[in-house]
Amino acid sequence: MLALAVDLTKNPSFDWHAFAPEIALVGTILAVLLADLIWPGRSAFQTSRIASIGVLISLIPVLTLAQDGVNRSSFGGAYMVDNYALALKAFFLIATYVTILISVNYIGEGDYYQSEFYFLLLTSVLGMTVMASARDLISIFVALETISIPTYVLAGFRKHDRKSNEAGIKYYVIGAVSSALMLYGMSFIYGVTGSTLLSSIAEALSGNPDGTALVAVGVFLSIVGFAFKVSAFPFHWWAPDTYEGSPSPVTAFLSVASKAGGFVALLNIIFFGFHAQPNTYWWVVVWFLAAASMTWGNLGALKQTNIVRMLAYSSIAQGGFMLVPFAAYGIATRGAGTNAADVAVSAFQSVVIYLLVYGVMNLGAFAVVIAIARRTRSGEISSYDGLFSYSPGLAVIMSLFLASLAGIPPVAGWFAKFTMFRAAIEAGGGWGVSLALIAGVNSVIAAFYYLNVVRSMWFKPAGADAVAAKTPAPLSAAIAICTVGVVAVGVYPQIFGKIAELVTTAG
Amino acid sequence: MNFNAWALTLVVFIPLVGLGFVLLVPKEDEKSIKGVTLLATIASFGVSLYVLVHWVGNKFYETDKLTAFVSEHGGKHPFEVNKPWIDVINSNFHIDADGLGLPLMVLSTFITLLCVVYSWNHFPEPHNPKAFLALVLLLEVGMNGTFVAQDLILFFIFFEIVLLPMYFMIGVWGGPNREYASIKFFLFTLFGSAFMLLGFLALYFKGGRTFDIAELMASPEIAEMARSTQLLIFGGLALGFAIKVPMFPFHTWLPDAHTEAPTVGSVLLAAILLKLGTYGFVKIALPILPEAADTYAPWIGGLAVIGIIYGALGCLAQTDLKRLIAFSSVAHMGFVMLGIASGTTFGINAAVFGMVAHGLITGMLFFIAGSVQHTFHTRELSRLGGLLTQAPKMGWILGFCAMASLGLPGLAGFWGEFPAILSAFNPAESIDKTELFRGYMVIAAVGTVLAAGYLLWMLQKVVFGTPKDEWADTEIHDVSKAEWIAWLPILGLIVVLGVYPNFLFKLTDSPVTQLFGG
Repeated sequence: MLALAVDLTKNPSFDWHAFAPEIALVGTILAVLLADLIWPGRSAFQTSRIASIGVLISLIPVLTLAQDGVNRSSFGGAYMVDNYALALKAFFLIATYVTILISVNYIGEGDYYQSEFYFLLLTSVLGMTVMASARDLISIFVALETISIPTYVLAGFRKHDRKSNEAGIKYYVIGAVSSALMLYGMSFIYGVTGSTLLSSIAEALSGNPDGTALVAVGVFLSIVGFAFKVSAFPFHWWAPDTYEGSPSPVTAFLSVASKAGGFVALLNIIFFGFHAQPNTYWWVVVWFLAAASMTWGNLGALKQTNIVRMLAYSSIAQGGFMLVPFAAYGIATRGAGTNAADVAVSAFQSVVIYLLVYGVMNLGAFAVVIAIARRTRSGEISSYDGLFSYSPGLAVIMSLFLASLAGIPPVAGWFAKFTMFRAAIEAGGGWGVSLALIAGVNSVIAAFYYLNVVRSMWFKPAGADAVAAKTPAPLSAAIAICTVGVVAVGVYPQIFGKIAELVTTAG
Repeated sequence: MNFNAWALTLVVFIPLVGLGFVLLVPKEDEKSIKGVTLLATIASFGVSLYVLVHWVGNKFYETDKLTAFVSEHGGKHPFEVNKPWIDVINSNFHIDADGLGLPLMVLSTFITLLCVVYSWNHFPEPHNPKAFLALVLLLEVGMNGTFVAQDLILFFIFFEIVLLPMYFMIGVWGGPNREYASIKFFLFTLFGSAFMLLGFLALYFKGGRTFDIAELMASPEIAEMARSTQLLIFGGLALGFAIKVPMFPFHTWLPDAHTEAPTVGSVLLAAILLKLGTYGFVKIALPILPEAADTYAPWIGGLAVIGIIYGALGCLAQTDLKRLIAFSSVAHMGFVMLGIASGTTFGINAAVFGMVAHGLITGMLFFIAGSVQHTFHTRELSRLGGLLTQAPKMGWILGFCAMASLGLPGLAGFWGEFPAILSAFNPAESIDKTELFRGYMVIAAVGTVLAAGYLLWMLQKVVFGTPKDEWADTEIHDVSKAEWIAWLPILGLIVVLGVYPNFLFKLTDSPVTQLFGG
């Protein structure tokens, strides 16, 4: 038995080191499940501790792999561990750690099943770490389903709450439909190119194979499938209901990590697979998705009175901003495509930077929302009135996150927006510049509703019963991590720039 | 350690350090909070003064002295710092002092210091000196930084940093209509800066992939750029700057913001923030895209003279003292923009002088308006009157500032206004619209008459006449000690610059000739 294990480690076809983060994560998932079976009813915070420590342990091999710096390819190129994958894995794991910090008290104090919650959360994260490495249609699909299925259950986790049930059902139905569409589209692409491996697909497409129309349909359907996942207009309408109905920590997780999972899948598919075929006009589809998502998301957010719904619409708009670099890249690949290589670098960097920055600021904003809801038991924006007068610390920090979401220097959001504009302007031409202008006008609209909350907190008088509530330690830690991140990146964006540089050497 | 290499960094970031300390002091300990803020603003002003003295002492305002220094020191300017900042987008932490930014930087540290002195016992409701002074300090970081930034991204960051503090200042400490005024101010400026940023990016990609202002000015790619592209980029930049100035028809945020802002907010807004826009024109838009600037010049000049007349007429229609001063700002910035539009060294020198003079004079007017409101709890012109008998000192100061504002020779206002008008007589040859500009000159000259009209009308309403009956039983305080300390330096400077304008022209002439003389 031992000899077999030794043999396996020596077998070059299976790189244990490359899979160490996922293995550690699987171990944690099992430990979370078993802990509840072995010691039922122990301290309410037991499983959350195991989960958070497990996530941090999974981070160690990510770091050693990054230290190692070798690109590791497994399963014939279907699974790559390179700087890009590692950066995203690290981001997913840290985002999960913050999500657990946010959840501890919420889940522990409410009427929830503890170990199931963390089990589902971690399983979804497992899908994300796999997604970061997936370079094959099949593994992308499997990863996407691993991400999605646990979140359907999580969205409906408040069993006796109708809104939560609605959230779960809606999310599930939409998710299933989009998966079906995506699979259908992928089957066309496989049919024309004869491969599921992204690198082979790119090679086949660059040779302009027969059946461009079929490829176009396939690409279109897959992109539509992903548009559902990242809640891009016009496939966004599930998002506000699902976000509002889900337990708040789950909403934070959905809006950040799960959305990032969808974007990573899109990155992989477009930059490693479809990019070689501009004649299918996939970029026009992305252009419209981007323009419509930002505009519609922002207009929708303007009239919201509930902060979670507002953040839901804002995340639709932010998703639109994140689609801009994709479109920019597509625009650059048209015709002669002389600057396509340059734009590819900026666009790729931009999406990764935007994802990371968005993750930090949105998780931070949700953490503050949860902290405030502990006192007010309300998600209405009017319940933020006068926050500055009785809880100035939280008000200042929330203002920082909102300013960052609005893209106002010197907090991190500006850099993400800046790289997005940069990609669009670099792509240039009528399509590129007009998209940049649309994005510019949209950032002004967005500032209005973010500042609306700021106005509530700072300018309005507080209600008579307003008292500062104590924020529990884990939640404070989550808020602190995000605050430091938002300020540090805003003042010295080179930290993320470094990551982006590493990432492009791999892409 | 070479102090000169750190001087500008210190000017910009001492307020930030002060802000850190202010945040650490508990809210109740107001004395320490004020002390720390005062210390930080004094230190920042001190270092900026050191830079100015060093500059003047070494006669760096003479082009050959400066070039001699530069060639001696391996191509580095006296106070230049150029360190890598965000490599991934080729943006550097590049700050430097020049004859254009230097006077404005000193003005910024000077006015901020005086604002802190003025607010000593004057905190508007809802009080909270900690938050108020923290915002003033943050504002100062942005203002000082903008005037020394030599990299477009750095410039953009500092340009934007001022937004949030001013928004909060208006929104929290402002008047009854503050929520509307603050968001209007914010959205207008943000709208402009979004286009400005797109313009910067286009310059980057079309101009040889650099954000460095000096490199962009020398960039051969920009010189060869298609005319339509140049016009498009200039339009983006001009929109961003014009909203900040503000030029007609983008001025509508200004009267609202000024009227609602607390006194210190109005002073900083008028004295410094508006200059960010005009400075942007002189420092970035015109030198980098000279051909586009020539094409736009008639339009900019046209909007400028409309602003002059419109602002003046607007003043005559006001019933609120602060709103009147705000409209006069629109008119005065019109003169500055007319000087800039002329494209001549003469006009641009006048414009920079006008910026400083307007900063001092209008800043001072807002101080007085604030004190009037503090004393009478109203700014309604119809309820005021007879200030000279109630509070003679304040009345005289207001009269003095009104004279300075209408451009009385011998006071600072004259040297900004008069040469700006003259410059329109002979605009730069490359513009090729001399007749049109002469027309502008005539209109602008009419504007000065109107300015005299509304200022004297204001004086008549507020300063002269007999006090209204409603104040018979009220005890009226004249100028207080803190006010004297804050105001005397400004009043002194208005006279000094009026009598010896060459002190400022000397500083600005060499860089202006270098940028626009060719």
